[in-house]
Amino acid sequence: MSTATDTIEDLVKTEYKYGFVTDVETESAPPGLSEDTIRMISRKKNEPEWLLDWRLKSYRHWLTMTEPTWQKAHHEKIDYQAIVYFSQPKPRKDAPKSLDEVDPKLLETYEKLGIPLRERGRLAGVAVDAIFDSVSVGTTFKKQLGEKGVIFCSFTEAVHEHPELVKKYLGSVVPYTDNFYAALNSAVFTDGSFCYIPKGVRCPMELSTYFRINAANTGQFERTLIIADDGAHVSYLEGCTAPMRDENQLHAAVVELVALDDGEIKYSTVQNWYPGDENGKGGIYNFVTKRGLCKGRNSKITWTQVETGSAITWKYPSCILLGDNSKGEFYSVAVTNNYQQADTGTKMVHIGKNTSSTIISKGISAGHGQNSYRGLVKIAKSATNARNFSQCDSMLIGSKCGAHTFPYIEVKNTTASVEHEASTSKIGEDQIFYCNQRGIETQDAVNMIVNGFCKEVFKELPMEFAVEAQKLLGVSLEGSVG
Amino acid sequence: MSNQPILEIKNLHAGVENKQILKGFSLTIYPGEVHALMGLNGSGKSTLAAILAGREGYDVTEGIVKYLGKDLLELDPEERAREGVFLAFQYPVEIPGVNSTYFLKAALNEVRKHKGQPELDAIEFLALVKEKVKLLDLNDDLLKRSVNEGFSGGEKKRAEIFQMAVLEPKLAILDETDSGLDIDALKVVSSGVNKLKRADSAQLVITHYQRLLNYIIPDHVHVMADGRIIKSGGKDLALELEAHGYDRIVKAAAVTA
Repeated sequence: MSTATDTIEDLVKTEYKYGFVTDVETESAPPGLSEDTIRMISRKKNEPEWLLDWRLKSYRHWLTMTEPTWQKAHHEKIDYQAIVYFSQPKPRKDAPKSLDEVDPKLLETYEKLGIPLRERGRLAGVAVDAIFDSVSVGTTFKKQLGEKGVIFCSFTEAVHEHPELVKKYLGSVVPYTDNFYAALNSAVFTDGSFCYIPKGVRCPMELSTYFRINAANTGQFERTLIIADDGAHVSYLEGCTAPMRDENQLHAAVVELVALDDGEIKYSTVQNWYPGDENGKGGIYNFVTKRGLCKGRNSKITWTQVETGSAITWKYPSCILLGDNSKGEFYSVAVTNNYQQADTGTKMVHIGKNTSSTIISKGISAGHGQNSYRGLVKIAKSATNARNFSQCDSMLIGSKCGAHTFPYIEVKNTTASVEHEASTSKIGEDQIFYCNQRGIETQDAVNMIVNGFCKEVFKELPMEFAVEAQKLLGVSLEGSVG
Repeated sequence: MSNQPILEIKNLHAGVENKQILKGFSLTIYPGEVHALMGLNGSGKSTLAAILAGREGYDVTEGIVKYLGKDLLELDPEERAREGVFLAFQYPVEIPGVNSTYFLKAALNEVRKHKGQPELDAIEFLALVKEKVKLLDLNDDLLKRSVNEGFSGGEKKRAEIFQMAVLEPKLAILDETDSGLDIDALKVVSSGVNKLKRADSAQLVITHYQRLLNYIIPDHVHVMADGRIIKSGGKDLALELEAHGYDRIVKAAAVTA
């Protein structure tokens, strides 16, 4: 007889579909980190002096820092000298000028991942920047975006084409002194996506970056910078996968968002890095710093994340609500299965008047997974009439997993209103039996129950991503009626 | 076909963790019949319902249960449901975030797939829902909400009867559907049950109180004590129980046993 426990076993056993390796010639630096490594990266990218200086300052600062250990997750000590900091598919003699000239093997890789880069093959309405190991291999729909004045390109390109914007905003939200991994990233970041939406422009399509780690022993350190100028709107999607390898790999990205007056940025992530095998061997360490600055009046930043991958997920996409009337939102689904660990949540820092924030977090733990929500709501003295609503729900599947909640609330202004709700539930045998008794088998019942639990977050995702997210959770399409 | 029983239980012994609850329970139900199973708390009524629906955790140590000639106990709970066994739960379960209409459509399509019928699409399903809503004179607001979430006791029971109307089971087991209902809700629920009575299906109504039987008229009434039926009769038996209580019947049964 099929039981809830069997199904959980099945879910646990579901193989990671994106675990293949692309056989492509790469050019890699030897493992190890020193000022020479950084100079090498900067030289490879033909960077201006100011950027090299910034990298070196970051590196020197990093050397003075110690690795933080306060997260609720355990991992072997990372040997930073064993990591390869630069790896790129070997450029052909005549460097590709357009996607048609990109190595077909790379295009095939993205096809296989369901991300066709050839514009003809793409669903209209999404422009993609694809990052393979350390470098961007191609950005689609550049011309159409260019007509509206939208800049969407790889970070490397932005450094050359739009140095004034990069110089102005790089490190303005996450300074290199911010934390250990942000400092490391600032020193060694290799590429990433850059996006600028000019005044009054509503970006005509969804923008998307697809990150892929391919090479072994390689760290991925990318940097994303998105700026919405006065009255600009953009919706940005991020997806990630990596091959199955026995060693752990570090992914330490930095994402900075800036929204000026009336600007709006919606940043959605479906993170599916390789989570390791059923015994907890291998998998990605996803230690990422993501922060948005609502700099202008009436600006708004929304983070939506569906975290199903990685051996360890450790990140807090945050909003600094500086402009008056600005809004921050955080919607999150984090799933930990097998031996996965997640310590994730958000920080909402209210500085401007009449600022408001919403936090909806759904944690799902199965197998031996450990899932922690950690969140800070801070109301500064200046933040008159600030409002926050937080809701953190945890669901446990099976009896060997764990769910933890660490809310921090600091209020320095008496006009503030802060609400926090939390719940923990277990997928009950009762719920599954009820579904069974209506003819629905256990696997479908679990999918249905989990999907129902995550509904409030899924509805925040752009349509295509919502579908992908549901599939990722092994969930059949729910809500097609009613 | 007409004289093949829908349900045939013979000498059923079952329990949980070495505790015997059913001790030689026998009952045969034919198409078109409504049976009422009455008894005090702890007599084994709900255990019987759980075993028929296939809930885990019960050990059957002796006896047989045949459903339309097949060994019912061999089937997984979802197979039983698709074959037409429906349990109206005493405590219907909440499933937050899962829309009631979506849930019921999924359930109906499982039954249809099993029968080799094409699945209904959203439009066809909504038409069916409309028809059943009218038949049962129900408020369809419940269908827009998540499955049983935040429903009152009466709303939960009404939703169960509505599911039964849509799924059209061959054997409906109503486990204490009357418990916790006020008189108005009781009327709505029992009128639904009466309307769903068909010549080719049967209902087993499990109840503690006689009052439900003022609204649902059973063909047979059985009194259960200590894991088996101690007395069977027509609807008058329910009135006798109402007048004299369980004690007299239990004592009389003990003397004749």
